[in-house]
Amino acid sequence: MLEQILITIATAATPLLIAAIGELVVERSGVLNLGVEGMMVMGAVTGFAVALTTGSPWLGVFAAVIVGALFSLLFGFLTLTLVTNQVATGLALTLLGLGLSGMIGEAFVGQPGIKLSAIYIPGLTDIPFVGRLFFGQDPLFYVSILLTVGVAWFLFRTRAGLTLRSVGDNHGSAHALGINVIGIRYLAVMFGGACAGLAGAFLSLVYTTQWIENMSAGRGWIALALVVFASWRPLRVLAGAYLFGAVSIGQLHAQALGIGIPSQLLSALPYLATIVVLVLISRNRRLTMINTPASLGRPFVPDR
Amino acid sequence: MRIELVRRPQHSALFSALSPFIALGLTLVAGAIMFSLLGKNPVDALYYYFIDPLTGIWDPGNRWQLHELAIKAAPLILIAVGLSVCYLSNNWNIGAEGQFIIGAVVGSFIPVVFPGWHSWIVLPLMLLLGMLGGAAYAAIPAFFKVKFNTNEILTSLMLVYVAQLFNDWLVRGIWRNPEGMSFPGTIRFSEWAILPQVWPESGRAHWGFVFALVAAVVVWFMLSKTLKGFEVKVLGQSPRAGRFAGFSSGKVVFFAFLLSGALAGLAGISEVAGPIEHLNEKISIGYGFTAIIVAFLGRLNPLGIVAAGIILALTYLGGESAQIAIGVSDKAVRAFQGMLLFFVLACDTLIHYRVRIAGAPAAKAAETKAGEATQGA
Amino acid sequence: MKTRFLTLAATAAALAFGTMAAEAKVKACFIYVGPIGDFGWSYQHHQGALEAQKNLGGEEQVELAYLESVPEGADAERAIERFARSGCNIIFTTSFGYMDATNAVAKKFPDVKFEHATGYKRESPNISTYNSKFHEGRYVQGIIAAKMSKAGVAGYIASFPIPEVVMGINSFVLGAQSVNPDFKVKVVWANTWFDPGKEADAAKALIDQGVDIITQHTDSTAPMQVAHERGIKAFGQASDMIKFGPETQLTSIVDDWGPYYTKRIKAVADGNWEQIDIWGGMKDGHVVMAPYTNMPDDVKAAAEAAQAKITSGELNPFTGPINKQDGSEWLKAGEVAEDGVLLGLNFYVAGVDDKLPQ
Repeated sequence: MLEQILITIATAATPLLIAAIGELVVERSGVLNLGVEGMMVMGAVTGFAVALTTGSPWLGVFAAVIVGALFSLLFGFLTLTLVTNQVATGLALTLLGLGLSGMIGEAFVGQPGIKLSAIYIPGLTDIPFVGRLFFGQDPLFYVSILLTVGVAWFLFRTRAGLTLRSVGDNHGSAHALGINVIGIRYLAVMFGGACAGLAGAFLSLVYTTQWIENMSAGRGWIALALVVFASWRPLRVLAGAYLFGAVSIGQLHAQALGIGIPSQLLSALPYLATIVVLVLISRNRRLTMINTPASLGRPFVPDR
Repeated sequence: MRIELVRRPQHSALFSALSPFIALGLTLVAGAIMFSLLGKNPVDALYYYFIDPLTGIWDPGNRWQLHELAIKAAPLILIAVGLSVCYLSNNWNIGAEGQFIIGAVVGSFIPVVFPGWHSWIVLPLMLLLGMLGGAAYAAIPAFFKVKFNTNEILTSLMLVYVAQLFNDWLVRGIWRNPEGMSFPGTIRFSEWAILPQVWPESGRAHWGFVFALVAAVVVWFMLSKTLKGFEVKVLGQSPRAGRFAGFSSGKVVFFAFLLSGALAGLAGISEVAGPIEHLNEKISIGYGFTAIIVAFLGRLNPLGIVAAGIILALTYLGGESAQIAIGVSDKAVRAFQGMLLFFVLACDTLIHYRVRIAGAPAAKAAETKAGEATQGA
Repeated sequence: MKTRFLTLAATAAALAFGTMAAEAKVKACFIYVGPIGDFGWSYQHHQGALEAQKNLGGEEQVELAYLESVPEGADAERAIERFARSGCNIIFTTSFGYMDATNAVAKKFPDVKFEHATGYKRESPNISTYNSKFHEGRYVQGIIAAKMSKAGVAGYIASFPIPEVVMGINSFVLGAQSVNPDFKVKVVWANTWFDPGKEADAAKALIDQGVDIITQHTDSTAPMQVAHERGIKAFGQASDMIKFGPETQLTSIVDDWGPYYTKRIKAVADGNWEQIDIWGGMKDGHVVMAPYTNMPDDVKAAAEAAQAKITSGELNPFTGPINKQDGSEWLKAGEVAEDGVLLGLNFYVAGVDDKLPQ
């Protein structure tokens, strides 16, 4: 039973983790994209529609990643090329995504979808207690873990990662050193979009295999908060996502056990916890200084 | 093809005035394309979206729609006017939705807890409490920002969810109408706690719209004619310059958050004491977020925001007409609003930059210039 | 635009020649709280509207108009008023949250008929209220659950603690206890009518705590899908969800509004519409059970027998002796709960493993 609960928590945490890791890379490059929710929901509708029409969930996942990246390009073009305000542009992306996905998805509402099936390795998956947890989950769960480790390695162990972080920390100096600030930011934004699209596909192909309007239900915003919660460190994003998943699933278990706590209070806990953590980490100036991308949200127009 | 931006020596007055109209024009074109793709006649669709709700101007039979427009625009304008002060001073309050809800909750205290108090003072007290509630709630992210340098975007946003859940708990729990068959929602307010209608002969628009207009004019005056407004704008554009001028950035953070919180709270209590007449868990349909579009569409100018609020309200009403008359899905409204905001932001670039589209041969020379290659998303 | 002018002209004509009114077509308008594609509440209302149109002679006789996803705040009154002004003869507002708005508009338009679903206020003579006794279907589900469950405990995904939902839980438990007096129900409040992710999580939590039957009073098909994945049985909600769980669904309570809408629109056409307050059950055709599937024949026979008894009026789920959750007596042997008490129900009967949120 414990294994089953842990799997349920992993399922709740995975979309948050994927989207948050993408946004972490974006923010590390100095760009704040508040459009995660919109990109996620576009990924969800694309993944579902493509999987249903082609019969292949993997094509659906692939299409969702592409659409997420293309959709984020819209944000990139405005904020990076036309140097518009990042906060407002991100919000516009969310609005547009919610509206467009609703229209695209109208034909697919109420249809049973195709599930991306869990992996099965003979022998390993059957190990009692831990087999299904480690060797029997859906493939995107493993992708999310690899993504986290990969991003952590990329950011802190590679030269390209160092370049990306330097762009986010001080775009002026990076530019002076001959780094193509805007180009790197474009790539980061598209990576974030692709991740959000993937997270969306997880929602409509694994979490609940159906499409409904607005099905991301605020998870994009949670992902954004997780990035700051984790003070821009990938492994802490992983911890945060699983903590969040555990709280929301634990809440339901507490209810099923018949413990009478107002459910609104339990539902509010993750948000309150996020605020507390945000305050705590920003109190510690040294920690914040090290991790916060200093150029976050600031527009960059290279002078001649 | 390359798009490059060249900074104008001064911002263009021409484009300053034109950009909202260009954006609106582009949105209409993009909307027409969208409706054609949906298989609807684009002229009909745009007629229902933007003209039909306005027919009341010349047709007395349709005058009620103007009232509805005012009802819909009032909270958007009130909130957006406050947000303009925040955004001009570089304070990213995106939690106006929560401040709206808390304003409504705190303002409802008197009519819910003391329903028997019938006096002319009830209504002014409610409005005052609503403003205080919104302002107090907005003070939380402001305090964290000033004291601990905490990112206000995320704290103000998280507080939206907390406010929604708190309100939900109240109206399903201790404030629930005992005669309401256990359905969520408080008792109906007494007539002493209801905002009067401005012109009851032709429709139900209430004083909330008047508050919105007054707030817009007052804040416009503050921003353009007073030292406080100058301080807000200087600190927003360049915190360093502001500090040299002796302005306190901490004070301005509080000023902006408290002002916008108070206005959002006023919008909340006006909505509850106006058209809804009791507090329930569904008082807002995201006014706090839509108001962000309004603030930008109005170019962060309170007078522009009045026009922008009316345009956004039009899309809601028009969306309804279009749904009934030609069967355009209600989802089109949100897509429309998203596009509008995109175009507004893009066109604002024209104010500060000249856009040059250079051909491929110029690529080399352009490398040293501003801008980057794109594939024209 | 053209159709709109034609409608206006037709309405004007109908008004001008009052004698012809009975033959002129009726315009019936519907306000839905969700999208009509939700496969739950709003979908079923829309199906009812379409069925009524078909029964009454199609588009020639009944013109339909609807607005979907209308928020229950300040927007509701505008949407209803828009319909009242645009020549609708009868307006159905299909969610509890439209109660005050419907009453307000009804006062302003005495010639238009209003029908408000699930509400209790009728402040002017041109407004009726209607609802269905869905709990009758839940009693039958309880019987099936008790016969099918090996664990002796079912999981119940509930939306909000309003009387309608509490009544459903109680009815389900009473049905189950008529078969197995020790049967238990675990309840999770999802605090939503429609959020597939959350409903799926709730279903998983319940299954992990050992229930082997899932029933829901939320509208999405997600719990059905989870039950299918975990290989247990479940009941559908609002509509027939069989295609989301061909090997999982035992039956589903189908909200069938078609007969009622047909009757009321016809009454407007015939000019004999009168204010009513109806709470219709299986007897009235409001509550229909989807085919009994994935169960042995004897269980099916027991379910059909109970359904027949409820339909004939022989059986009322809320007939004593019934004790409250705390053990105190609620109904004496043979005593039947009054409708008024049920409509304000805010306590559990014995056997519910949950503390009712107050």
